[in-house]
Amino acid sequence: MARGGNVLGRGLAKAGRVALFLGRILGQAIPSLNHPRLLVAQIYNTGARSLIIVMLCGLFVGMVLGLQGYDLLQRFGSESALGVAAALGLVKELGPVITALLFAGRAGTSLTSEIGLMRATDQLTAMEMMAVDPVRRVVAPRFLGGIIAMPLLVAIFDVVGIYGAQLIGVGLLRVESGSFWSQMQSAVEMRDINEGLVKSVVFGVACSLMAVYEGFHAEPTAEGVGLATTRTVVISAVLTLLFDYLLTAAFLNS
Amino acid sequence: MPAEAVVEVRDLRYSIGGRAIFDGLNLTVRRGEITAVMGPSGTGKTTLLRLMMGAIRPDSGDLTIFGERPWRLGRAALYALRRRVGMLFQNGALMSDLDVFENVAFPLRAHTRLPEPLLRRLVLMKLQAVGLRGAAEFATGSLSGGMARRVALARAIVMDPELLIYDEPFAGLDPISLAVILRLIQTLNATLGITSIVVTHDVEEISQIAHSSFLLAGGKAAAHGTPAELRATEAPVVRQFMSGLPDGPMPFHVPAPDYREQLLGKD
Repeated sequence: MARGGNVLGRGLAKAGRVALFLGRILGQAIPSLNHPRLLVAQIYNTGARSLIIVMLCGLFVGMVLGLQGYDLLQRFGSESALGVAAALGLVKELGPVITALLFAGRAGTSLTSEIGLMRATDQLTAMEMMAVDPVRRVVAPRFLGGIIAMPLLVAIFDVVGIYGAQLIGVGLLRVESGSFWSQMQSAVEMRDINEGLVKSVVFGVACSLMAVYEGFHAEPTAEGVGLATTRTVVISAVLTLLFDYLLTAAFLNS
Repeated sequence: MPAEAVVEVRDLRYSIGGRAIFDGLNLTVRRGEITAVMGPSGTGKTTLLRLMMGAIRPDSGDLTIFGERPWRLGRAALYALRRRVGMLFQNGALMSDLDVFENVAFPLRAHTRLPEPLLRRLVLMKLQAVGLRGAAEFATGSLSGGMARRVALARAIVMDPELLIYDEPFAGLDPISLAVILRLIQTLNATLGITSIVVTHDVEEISQIAHSSFLLAGGKAAAHGTPAELRATEAPVVRQFMSGLPDGPMPFHVPAPDYREQLLGKD
């Protein structure tokens, strides 16, 4: 019991520190835009460099949706609704969640280890000594880049995923192409897309924030950077699924 | 009359986790001079630099740099103070995502809005001063230890600081690179008219160029004076350090329980 309380206390203390760090980043977010090149470089780093893995996974997830959706729907004789099922599943749920998990593994780890190594090699201290705030120069552009990249990656994941479902459903399982697309068009509403968009932004904030926080506060040793990288993935994944539940509940209520 | 003091430390006390690092330290750095701060590993040389730069605050006593107390300054004033100081880190601390040119240009880009052609000339001049104009396009990962330190030196002087601080500039260098850095410290000090603080434990090397030296031991300045004066000092702790004797007032052994008892004891 006491140990449980201890864990909870430490968790809350860390949440507080992360929130303070977020405040510090937001304070430097506008000034960091003075150097747009830094931001563009980070969008490229976290976004463009994650494209291949996101597209590949999107394709496979869509193809699986095509198979499983067809198997499920044909039991009720409604396989023509495959397009709707795949699109809603991807846009509302699988797109944001899986992209966020991939983002944590691909971009989050590289952010953490990069910033952690900058800490370990005195680069961040050197910036401080040169009167440059490392939060402005290093952390803020990476954080903002992650937030901008995430919804874009999610959108690409969704599109490729729907194409994958179509490939299997229409191409392989002979679902009528017209009903696949027209039912999707009439059933998917703007609020579904908004739900996916809100989720992707929230996951983007959570994953990017954890990545830069863990990197910035990593123990300045090889072991410390390794541990920080692991923590980034674990905490990002848990936060993503937690926020996913909360947001889904909120959207279904409204 | 001696030149005015740039850094003045009076009766400084500082401890980490109950262990006293400084216990009544006194030290003065005069304008235009090269001041060596020497001492064995673990005597708080780097801690002293952190105190000077306002990264940490002393427990008691006084420390002024350009007449200001760095730990009392707000962020903006502290950054303004740091802009007057150049610092060379032990391993260079170059930005790994920038090439040599951009590393040297870094402080200029951060603090000034110079037109690109002027900035380029300034950076090339500083690189020329350290003999690395030809390496401007190199990636920092491809530099040797000595070259990385010279790039860091060019970066440290690019804002024309009044005070230049070197943290262990000779550590891990081959004899040629070491001689190069040594000559650069001397040349830069003379030609730019700046004040230099060199934190090191390489007695022989720094004695060739320092105007005055402080030897830190036991949380105090155990001795200070010109290198010649230091060498002539009879105090055992100074003699041990200057002559590199393995045992003496600074013991070879870490305090431990009785040897015989520990080897032959009951358990």
